[in-house]
Amino acid sequence: MTNVMVIIPAYNEGSRIAEVVKSVHDVVPDYDILVVNDCSRDNTAAAAEAAGATVLRLPFNLGYGAALQSGFKYAMRKGYEYVVQMDADGQHPAKYISNLVEPVIHGLTDVTIGSRFLRDTGYTMPFAKRIGVFIFSNIVSLVTGRTVKDPTSGFQALNRKVLHLYASDAYPVDFPDADVLIMLHKLGFRFLEVPVEMMPNPKQKTMHSGIVTLYYIFKMFLSILVTILRKESEGTRR
Amino acid sequence: MTGELRVFSILVGIFVFVGIIELVRRRKLREEYSWLWLLAGASIFVLSSSYDFAIIVGRIFGGILPSTIIYLFAIIFLVLISLHFSVKISKLHDQVKTLAQEIALLKEASKETNAEDK
Repeated sequence: MTNVMVIIPAYNEGSRIAEVVKSVHDVVPDYDILVVNDCSRDNTAAAAEAAGATVLRLPFNLGYGAALQSGFKYAMRKGYEYVVQMDADGQHPAKYISNLVEPVIHGLTDVTIGSRFLRDTGYTMPFAKRIGVFIFSNIVSLVTGRTVKDPTSGFQALNRKVLHLYASDAYPVDFPDADVLIMLHKLGFRFLEVPVEMMPNPKQKTMHSGIVTLYYIFKMFLSILVTILRKESEGTRR
Repeated sequence: MTGELRVFSILVGIFVFVGIIELVRRRKLREEYSWLWLLAGASIFVLSSSYDFAIIVGRIFGGILPSTIIYLFAIIFLVLISLHFSVKISKLHDQVKTLAQEIALLKEASKETNAEDK
């Protein structure tokens, strides 16, 4: 067992998950890979297992954040020192994993965030999402006092101290996003953006589409507000 | 407030109060969730049966009619009860999530143990 685990929450990614797991294995063969199957209706779990990943099977669909947190809990209990989180749909190229993990391993930061906007990578996203990223990027930058270009990126690496926090009840499982960065800042953790490329979303419908977008915006504003209002002692408990 | 409305309100208050006690007695409703309902039933009963008290409360709220006071309190209680349940549902939601995660973790641990035993 190495001390780095790559966590990939997956829901109905049977057609892509094997390729994602293999791409991670090709780039970082020493790292353990955990796929958290969020009760997919297809062959996601079997495909991930066949590709060589350990599969954590949730008994029913909990959603992205809770699936991810299940992976954090697993990594925590297994004693991993460092964790990489990435998406199962192939948007996050495995070749950037080392770029994310190394600053954390060398103690330069507690969390690295794979950022699409630190340099021009030609990444395009729908106008509404671009506006959302712009707004939350500015809010996070204002609150934390440092420029954060891509607060909604789910391609991250973190150390065990942060893993401990993410495995606790303090972690907002309902769209963990910009609010998590503010929570990290308030609790004194360091985070660093690392430039990465991301592939276009292969799905027409993302988890932030339709009416969910409105809820996402509402939730994020509320979550950021209460995160700012919480006392530091309340940061790790609810 | 007409006599008929007053009698009807008193009966509603008694029905809510006795009904809740009966549900708790049959263990169909936990004591934890019954107190707001009992308070609502008792309030409707007191405000309906004591006209003078309802007038005093009406004056406190700007001289509104005693019958309006009863409906106002009923609405306030319903809002409080809904909020109370929202808080409980949020807690249950978190507990269900934690349980589901624990099940997944235990199943994986069991699988690993079985694989090691073979």
